[in-house]
Amino acid sequence: MDRTLFEKIWDEHVVESPVGEPTLLYIDLHLVHEVTSPQAFEGLRLEGRKVRRPDRTLATADHNVPTDPISTPVADPVSRRQLEALEVNCQEFGVTFFARGHENQGIVHVIGPELGVTQPGMTIVCGDSHTSTHGAFGSLAFGIGTSEVEHVLATQTLLQQKAKTMSVTVQGAAPAGVTAKDIVLAIVGVLGTGGGAGYVIEYRGKAITDLSMEGRMTVCNMSIEAGARAGLVAVDDTTIEYLRGRPGVPDGAAFEVLADHWRCYVSDAAANFDAEVMIDASQLVPYVTWGTNPAQVVALSGAVPSPNAYDDPDERDATRRSLAYMGLEPGTRMRDIPVDVVFIGSCTNSRIEDLRDAAEVAKGRHVASGVRALVVPGSHRVKRQAEEEGLDQIFLGAGFEWREPGCSMCVGMNPDHLAAGQRSASTSNRNFEGRQGRGGRTHLVSPVVAAATAIKGHFASPDEVHE
Amino acid sequence: MKQVRIHEGRAVPIERSDVDTDQIIPSEWLKRVERTGFGRGLFGEWRDDPSFVLNDPSYAGASILIAGPRFGTGSSREHAIWALMDYGFSAIVAPSFGDIFRNNSSKQGLVIIQLADADVDELTRLVKQNPARLVVVDVDHLCIEVPEDGWRRKFVLDPITRGRLLNGLDDIGLTMSHEAAINRYESASHAPLSYVFDGKGSISPSYGKSS
Repeated sequence: MDRTLFEKIWDEHVVESPVGEPTLLYIDLHLVHEVTSPQAFEGLRLEGRKVRRPDRTLATADHNVPTDPISTPVADPVSRRQLEALEVNCQEFGVTFFARGHENQGIVHVIGPELGVTQPGMTIVCGDSHTSTHGAFGSLAFGIGTSEVEHVLATQTLLQQKAKTMSVTVQGAAPAGVTAKDIVLAIVGVLGTGGGAGYVIEYRGKAITDLSMEGRMTVCNMSIEAGARAGLVAVDDTTIEYLRGRPGVPDGAAFEVLADHWRCYVSDAAANFDAEVMIDASQLVPYVTWGTNPAQVVALSGAVPSPNAYDDPDERDATRRSLAYMGLEPGTRMRDIPVDVVFIGSCTNSRIEDLRDAAEVAKGRHVASGVRALVVPGSHRVKRQAEEEGLDQIFLGAGFEWREPGCSMCVGMNPDHLAAGQRSASTSNRNFEGRQGRGGRTHLVSPVVAAATAIKGHFASPDEVHE
Repeated sequence: MKQVRIHEGRAVPIERSDVDTDQIIPSEWLKRVERTGFGRGLFGEWRDDPSFVLNDPSYAGASILIAGPRFGTGSSREHAIWALMDYGFSAIVAPSFGDIFRNNSSKQGLVIIQLADADVDELTRLVKQNPARLVVVDVDHLCIEVPEDGWRRKFVLDPITRGRLLNGLDDIGLTMSHEAAINRYESASHAPLSYVFDGKGSISPSYGKSS
């Protein structure tokens, strides 16, 4: 019987599936960071339990780390304590840990793929909802809470109810100027914040398979913004060539054997999905969010919507509340809205390709006066590569700040955050109230729109910069 | 985790949709390494607003939260559950919930009650008419009622979550009793990964790497 990619991975990882009970699912790779793990390690300690498979557990510091030079101590005592707790926990339980400043340290969803430890067909979990990122490799990857982190540490398994399957097919080629971020903002806009709830999404179609691995990661990353815990893309040559030569994969003939095996991680031709969504790529444009959830999306060339445009009274209320928080008037053209801060970074858009695209726009130009623009590479490896390519000099020359890696202003847990009332163009994934700092106003955009916006001082596309 | 069979308490309606986990517990609170004390951070962005419903004295001490659609969307932070429970909530009623939030709730004993939109609206109306009304959540019989108004609705919990609530069971202990099956799986069913972490900061090949 033909199976979807999700079903193939699921079937291979069933430890036990008693009738009427959740499945006990084996976990291949457990990624850990400082925020959602301290209470889990404490739980193990209290029960006298060990980490079952430290050889399949990898920890890094990302949410709290300052993006100042590494020699600067962590000023916030609460952050410092949490970072120290992870280090101590990893030592005690024998877990591999990349501390702040380590050559492999970075945002957990950036380092897994770049180290080649994220591989097709694997089950991957992390106490972080953007774990869906790793699904770009044809792996089943999803976010879990701290109780489940403890469960995986202790047993290397999770109790799971099988999700339903949804295919989201983006048909045809995306027009020039439309990036992976625009594709996923469009998908979230279509599905809404709850449309994917209960599903694992498989992204398909030419506009998806045309994407690089970085682009596919951007799309899978935001699956959770549509309510889906996981998003997947089938394995193809792009997947395999990305992984070739990375630290987690073998060399030579052994790699070819592995790559041949990975090619089975695609949905069979006649596999059935529980839900199917079609999106016409030719209709896509660059997008920006206007509100306080990631489904509140409008074309960059469009205007702030009016609450009266919605028939549903709850929707009208929600729109009114979002506009009040965002300090926006209906009908205002997005291009006329000035920004205070531009943030290029986060597990959505901080990889080398994102930085190359943004640098291309910024090259030879300058950030508008009064705008603060930060570039925060996703990892030390990304940072080093960008510096080898001279991207840091392009950004610095254009008046951007070039920072050390971490989650930074996406989540506002380190010193990088918005002040109340400040407006940002951000390449991150969530525009929730207060996400980037209390009272801060976040608009989600692609790296190229972020760079153009920094230069123009208002939401702008790269074309406008070149004019 | 907390055992729950019947919970009785007063309810408070927070009439908003898409209350995400960043609203439930702002990220500045996530730096703590403890599991307790998060109640002070609950709805941190809104708590200073005198018109916010949790600041309305007529709802003081409420232990059942009534919310709009998609409550708890967003991040995986279990801190959202800890904050709600630490503040004093034992059950959340809404038309729909974020998946990870729902899952996390089941690990802590926070009862998730999903009702139709119209039923949530009705319950909201009853509670607003009389905030002192007693609301009863019965996990055993899977129903929620306002006895004085003769209002009663059934809700659905998957049998495992219901059983866990009724017995206050710890998942890890249960899973560890299946250790033989995990051992079997590891030795037989599963292809080895191409790498291992050595615990000392390195990624080492587990097979096939020539260099």
